[in-house]
Amino acid sequence: MNAPGPVIANPVRPAFDKASREDTVIVSIGPSHPATHGTIQIFAELDGERILRADVHCGYLHRGFEKECEDHTWHNLIPYVDRLNYCSPLINDFAYCEAVEKMMGIGITRRAVILRTLLSEYSRLCDHITCIAASLMELGAMTAFLYLVMIRDYMYEHIADLTGARVTHSYGRIGGLARDLPEGWLARLEEILVQSDDFLGRAHGLVDRNRIFIDRMRDVGVISQSDALSYGYTGPILRSTGLPVDLRKDTPYLAYAELDFEVPVGIKGDNYDRYYVRMCEIDESIHMIRQCVDLLEPGPINVDDRRCVFPEKTRVYGEIESLINHFKIVMEGPRVPAGEVYSAHEGPNGELGFYLVSTGEGTPWKVHCRAPSFVHVGGTHLMLEGGQLADLVPTFGMINMIGGECDR
Amino acid sequence: MNGRVIPIEAAGGSGKSAAFEYLTTRKDELIGWARKFSIFPYPFVTACCAMEFMAVSSSPYDTDRFGAALPRFSPRQADLLMVVGTVTHKQAPILLKVYEQMCEPKWVMAFGVCATSGGFYQNYAAVPGIDRIVPVDVYIPGCPPRPETVIDGIMQLQDKIARSQHLIVNDKF
Amino acid sequence: MTTYGSDIFERVKERFGKAEDDLSGTARSSTTVQHSILVLHFAPGEVAGAVKVLRDEFGFDLFLDVTAVDWPDRDPRFDVVWHFYATRNRVRVRVKTAVTLADPVAPSLTALYGSAGIMERECHDMYGIRFDGNADLRPILLYEGFVGHPLRKDYPKQKEQPLVPYREEAKP
Repeated sequence: MNAPGPVIANPVRPAFDKASREDTVIVSIGPSHPATHGTIQIFAELDGERILRADVHCGYLHRGFEKECEDHTWHNLIPYVDRLNYCSPLINDFAYCEAVEKMMGIGITRRAVILRTLLSEYSRLCDHITCIAASLMELGAMTAFLYLVMIRDYMYEHIADLTGARVTHSYGRIGGLARDLPEGWLARLEEILVQSDDFLGRAHGLVDRNRIFIDRMRDVGVISQSDALSYGYTGPILRSTGLPVDLRKDTPYLAYAELDFEVPVGIKGDNYDRYYVRMCEIDESIHMIRQCVDLLEPGPINVDDRRCVFPEKTRVYGEIESLINHFKIVMEGPRVPAGEVYSAHEGPNGELGFYLVSTGEGTPWKVHCRAPSFVHVGGTHLMLEGGQLADLVPTFGMINMIGGECDR
Repeated sequence: MNGRVIPIEAAGGSGKSAAFEYLTTRKDELIGWARKFSIFPYPFVTACCAMEFMAVSSSPYDTDRFGAALPRFSPRQADLLMVVGTVTHKQAPILLKVYEQMCEPKWVMAFGVCATSGGFYQNYAAVPGIDRIVPVDVYIPGCPPRPETVIDGIMQLQDKIARSQHLIVNDKF
Repeated sequence: MTTYGSDIFERVKERFGKAEDDLSGTARSSTTVQHSILVLHFAPGEVAGAVKVLRDEFGFDLFLDVTAVDWPDRDPRFDVVWHFYATRNRVRVRVKTAVTLADPVAPSLTALYGSAGIMERECHDMYGIRFDGNADLRPILLYEGFVGHPLRKDYPKQKEQPLVPYREEAKP
């Protein structure tokens, strides 16, 4: 046996370290555990198989997002924003860029608006597919996982054709987008949408009316509408309780006001509803993507604003003003007028808000992200308490905590 | 060897027989060959790289071809620790604990640039590379790495396993 | 509860403009609309009462966020910022207060919103703001034994506080 190493401090302190009764036991689940995809730790007091109380800890992926942002220019921090919700980086990008644009008083071009809407929905599609695939795998539905990851991989490669990266795209720019669509991109998009119908149909067929699946999801992890509101739930979890709160409908941004879509809601607020709301949202997203393709018209993707948008490369090499302009934007960052702004988009998990404070410099004074996952973790114990220990797996899968966004 | 065994004592001054010498050199090759195709990974999944880990372990890329498909969520049953994503200072004690619970032989893979060096998180929260905490055998670059890069990393690890010495009895054999 | 139309900001302003019994009229410096968000300033002691009015009378039922902003050269040094959303009226409001470095105490909203608990813990981690009334301010994003508050401007970005000693051979 090895010599005992140095005593390692425990990084967290559970809210309770003594069992409340003699016949109960406290177990620690996570932070590296198959049920806690992502990094989360749950201390649960168990009476047999039943969870009496739960104390949920996150923060194992706290990477200092806000501190890093304060050290980078408004442009250079976009890759950090990408890695918040890494299942749907494009929505993060666009939410952040829109917040900065609000401060600078920039209205982006029509083509950029439509493209951002299209890509937001595409990203949402990927996110929901990832969430459902991972949850189903944890419940043992390996086949459904393989189908869904297969179609997701087509989407990743397709987005990589546009952005250059499969997962972390860094595609949004203040004032527009990084580049325009490559040739044939929309044709391939339609192919993938048709294929995804097929793959999603198989997943539906495998689990929707599957007795085991229903038994593990129905009436499990129930949260009431008033609790969900009080605990700040947004997105599919709030909608699964029957409240149609969706920022795309309520405070339309980008091109959502022009699109025809519905807000699916659940009836009970249990895991099955959350699963089904996500599946319905996938259908709505596909419908919206097709509408966006029809709305897409040729035109510039960046506004003509030299405060934040790079000059063309040919001009940078050809004239001194553009060279200086380019240098200033890269080295000092775009000067964002002093002030503060809160701007929110409907992320796949809920309200994804950015609260920015600027002092008029090229680097932000503060970039705060209102991350839905983090807020959801605050109310997770409500869904776990009173349930079986094994119910933790589907409940946690359906909360869809994304570590990067939760812990930032 | 036709059932003929040369006794070890009989084989001259070194105390080892020719057949024994032969066996010791070929033993590593044999065990290396067996071990490199039966990697049981423990996915220590923390961050964004998990998305690519999912992709690489499912049908389009299929790590099963390398005998590394079946994730073991108990460190005691695993022999490859895949550190997938950023490890923060808060996470470091858990990583060390998982590593110490794994039985020999064990290998560690730093999946992605955060695990390799901290990546672009150079701040108070992130560990600048998991090799500060545990020894690493193979580093996979990329943020996150493409599945092809991961497969390349697995193949390099297989080469490393095939080429290394495998002690099975004591520290000499 | 009344559902307000587009005039909700006017009504909120009117409500807080008057001297009320539960809200003394101090430190209510400015009430502005910035980027379609109503911004309300209060003294730290008034926040809880004002938020209760916002929630009960104006339907700001979703507590979005609490964070702080550090202004090292200013006294009081920290702004504590809350955001609320009204699901029925579909508007947001920002509530701000200023607290000093010597006594960084803001009222806790845990009695009004369930989600306040975890978000106040984060704000306490990052800025060291204590929330009066929140008994559970254990670290949530940071870990036990972390000294200091990393988002304060005077915390060096790369000052690490490792829990595990680094391996000898890995030291640069």
